[in-house]
Amino acid sequence: MTTDVVGVDDHVGVGEAAERHLAVAERRRGLLLALPAYAYMVVFFAVPLLIVFAYSFSTRSRTGDPTFSEVGLDAYRKLAEPLIRNVAIRSAILAAVTTAICLLLAYPFAYFVATRKPTARNLLLVAVMIPFWTNFLVRNYAWRVILSTGGPISGVTEAIGLGETDLLFSRTAVVIGLVYSFLPFMILPMYASIERIDWRLVEASRDLYCSGWRSFTKVVLPLSMPGVIAGSILVFVPSLGAYVTPAILGGNKEPLLGEYIVGQFLTARNWPVGASLSFVLMTVMLGATLVYFRSGGKNL
Amino acid sequence: MSATRRGGGPGGWLLAGNGGLVLLFLYAPIILLVIFSFSGAKDPGVWGGFTVDWYRDLGGDRNVQKAIGVSVRVALVSTIIATVLGTMAALALERFEFRGKRIFDALLYLPIIIPDVTMAVMMLLFFTKSFDVIDAVFGTRVGKGFATVVVSHVAFNIAFVSVVVRARVAGMDSTLEQAAADLYSTRWQAFRHVTLPLIMPGVLGGSLLALTLSLDDVVVTQFVSGPGSTTLPVYVFGLIRRDVTPLINAVSVVMLLASLVLVVASLVAQRASEGRRRRELIITGEE
Amino acid sequence: MTAAVSMRSVTKRFEDVKAVDSIDLDIADGEFFALLGPSGCGKTTTLRMIAGLEIPSAGSLRIFGDEVGTLPPNKRPVNTVFQNYALFPHMSVADNIGFGLKMQKVAKPETARRVADAIGLVRLGGLEQRRPSQLSGGQQQRVALARALVNRPKVLLLDEPLAALDLKLRQGMQLELKALQREVGITFVFVTHDQEEALSMADRIGVMGDGRLLQIGSPEDIYDAPVDQFVADFIGRSNFLPATVASADAVCLTNGARIAMGGAGSVGDHVAVSLRPERVQIENRGDVAAGRPSLDGTIESVTFLGNSVVYQVALDWLTVEARAENRPSVQRRDVGDEVSLTWRDDAVAVVPG
Repeated sequence: MTTDVVGVDDHVGVGEAAERHLAVAERRRGLLLALPAYAYMVVFFAVPLLIVFAYSFSTRSRTGDPTFSEVGLDAYRKLAEPLIRNVAIRSAILAAVTTAICLLLAYPFAYFVATRKPTARNLLLVAVMIPFWTNFLVRNYAWRVILSTGGPISGVTEAIGLGETDLLFSRTAVVIGLVYSFLPFMILPMYASIERIDWRLVEASRDLYCSGWRSFTKVVLPLSMPGVIAGSILVFVPSLGAYVTPAILGGNKEPLLGEYIVGQFLTARNWPVGASLSFVLMTVMLGATLVYFRSGGKNL
Repeated sequence: MSATRRGGGPGGWLLAGNGGLVLLFLYAPIILLVIFSFSGAKDPGVWGGFTVDWYRDLGGDRNVQKAIGVSVRVALVSTIIATVLGTMAALALERFEFRGKRIFDALLYLPIIIPDVTMAVMMLLFFTKSFDVIDAVFGTRVGKGFATVVVSHVAFNIAFVSVVVRARVAGMDSTLEQAAADLYSTRWQAFRHVTLPLIMPGVLGGSLLALTLSLDDVVVTQFVSGPGSTTLPVYVFGLIRRDVTPLINAVSVVMLLASLVLVVASLVAQRASEGRRRRELIITGEE
Repeated sequence: MTAAVSMRSVTKRFEDVKAVDSIDLDIADGEFFALLGPSGCGKTTTLRMIAGLEIPSAGSLRIFGDEVGTLPPNKRPVNTVFQNYALFPHMSVADNIGFGLKMQKVAKPETARRVADAIGLVRLGGLEQRRPSQLSGGQQQRVALARALVNRPKVLLLDEPLAALDLKLRQGMQLELKALQREVGITFVFVTHDQEEALSMADRIGVMGDGRLLQIGSPEDIYDAPVDQFVADFIGRSNFLPATVASADAVCLTNGARIAMGGAGSVGDHVAVSLRPERVQIENRGDVAAGRPSLDGTIESVTFLGNSVVYQVALDWLTVEARAENRPSVQRRDVGDEVSLTWRDDAVAVVPG
């Protein structure tokens, strides 16, 4: 669009020079508009990121401070050692279990919501989102209350004669907390995917297969795959780097990735490894997100 | 064709049952939390008679009040800055071409996917190193505090605001701005009278999102806050790690209420303006 | 008298593509001018250059004598009615119409008066406080018109404004627009791909194809004397009979028949004789008067269109379309009838082949 750039007195004249002049002026305007945010993001985001990246190549001196007198891939090599590898594997397994449970719970729910009438549908969706919008810390703390000894779950199992249960400070507790935190992330993309399915296909397949179950597995399930993939990524990725939930519900027995990274900076004072691990974690998440976008996730 | 079915049959009942269970799963913990905040027992999960003592204690708790003050101030300041910068970024990305646009675009996606731990770490390192540099150059010792928290919150919130506003700008008919120019308006007049009113729901939505994220943030804030700048979530987090008392229940419920108020307010506001705006945005010659 | 819009060698290039290729055009003051052509021919780009929403890559563009090439749209005495109307959804009808006046800082009382006048002009009384979303397509169109006209522009530009309306509404609006233009007296430049629209409304038509201005003339001129096959084919329907120039005043059809036609080109040039279906006279085989052109063929298909009947007549070397009025005095033919086709001398035109 060409507006108020070349004034009436400007002798640039009509033609390619004028076109170029106007295009340049537009670009300048765009850059100026973007500049404050751009500069801010460079200084307060890109630079910090680069600093972490730089520190991942530093080494830990004897005093515990990171130093650049020796640079190398040491910090990255340490990531392959058993200690850290176990932390990573443990976190990955936990994230995978969380994702699986979310899948099992969310799919029938998403299917249920998608097959309701529009008003009921919207109500259900809002109902799912409201807990999600409340404070994250509080939602995790609620489980702390519920799972503690003498807590309600324990009370229930006592009542039925199973004795006291102390689920707190266990992997189970962390999984419960993670599932609780991220379930809506699984429900929504799945719902969106199922809702998009052309139901005429399903009806046609019912005629073909004469069985509701088979038409489900052969038609509905494959067609809702984009939603399943998107939801899985949306749950797996944050679960992998979770910090608050394990901190509140997991106790300090076996650290997961989030806790481990924090520890490297605050207590263990091993900045290089903390930096390299943070960076690798971020790269994995970036990769997963790209997969999400490639699989058409953006269209959900 | 829509998926609405008449439902029914054993499959239908199972689905409905699962639906009910999931909803129960989502809401029970919150409801139980509220219930137990009125319990008189020392252990947070045990029922020990009805009492509002914890809330009364809360009223007189200086630390909590201070933390609330910090949270609110941080949230307001960072939201305003993030909204202005984020909206400008969204407009620039949707309506202009310029050098370095692709990098900018990519840069604005990173804060959304980055794990909080990584973000917390990078901000901590950044500030620590910056303070060292400032000390070396100017000889003054600066420390973490209100400013560092606000700066960090803005750093991730710009991205969220810009995503929301961008969606709104993209959905807006760009010929409207051409029409405005055809009708003698300058760039600024067109923005003020045409563009801004039409993207306002997006701007408000984005700022609400930023507000929520700022109030909610734990990890990043924990790393970059100083002694006098503890926000409520960080304070509560610290309490939980140290020693769990029913007081935390009461604080949690208060935080819950605040979130709920925000959510409901935004839903209502969205309904009101969306209904009207959606109709307005569909205007073409089609009838 | 100065032309309202005057273009000399106006070209617009996007990357390597010439959207508009060296246009020379003079639109007279008070004229209803139509730019007609298929999608992608450059007519909308041309209009946008007049409006200032694009600037020419080369050439000169004047509005009432003033060079406006790089002048931004908000400084030109020109207003546009957009294809999708571009009404401001968040403003009432009255505010939409008054927008231009407000931007020019016209005083409130005068704005109110002129807006009221404009509303009366397009007959939208009573709808002042409605939002565009509450109006029908036809009403939205009038708002767009009023919003442009209220500013008393020297030239009004219309970009396919009737495209989104259904047939009856469109035909009604065509008459209204024509009447409006006569009443208001300003120059209208109208872009359309609908040749019927152009033929019915315009004082003069400029036919465009592939970025070039192919022919300018009155509707009759363009219809009866198209300058090439593209124009002939785009306006109305036409048969093209391949022929060669036999002499200075005759061309020779492929079947050997000679047709008197002067100025068709040099001897030996390939040309096409453009024959409109409604000008084809169908006679029984052999009944054509001596000396008249005659093509023998058989009726291949008959299509009844209500007010006319369309015949496809198969000759040895071509199929010719003929259209006959549905009147008692006109003989109906059937499939398989053997006929001879003829036409009056002034019923054909010759175009380069």
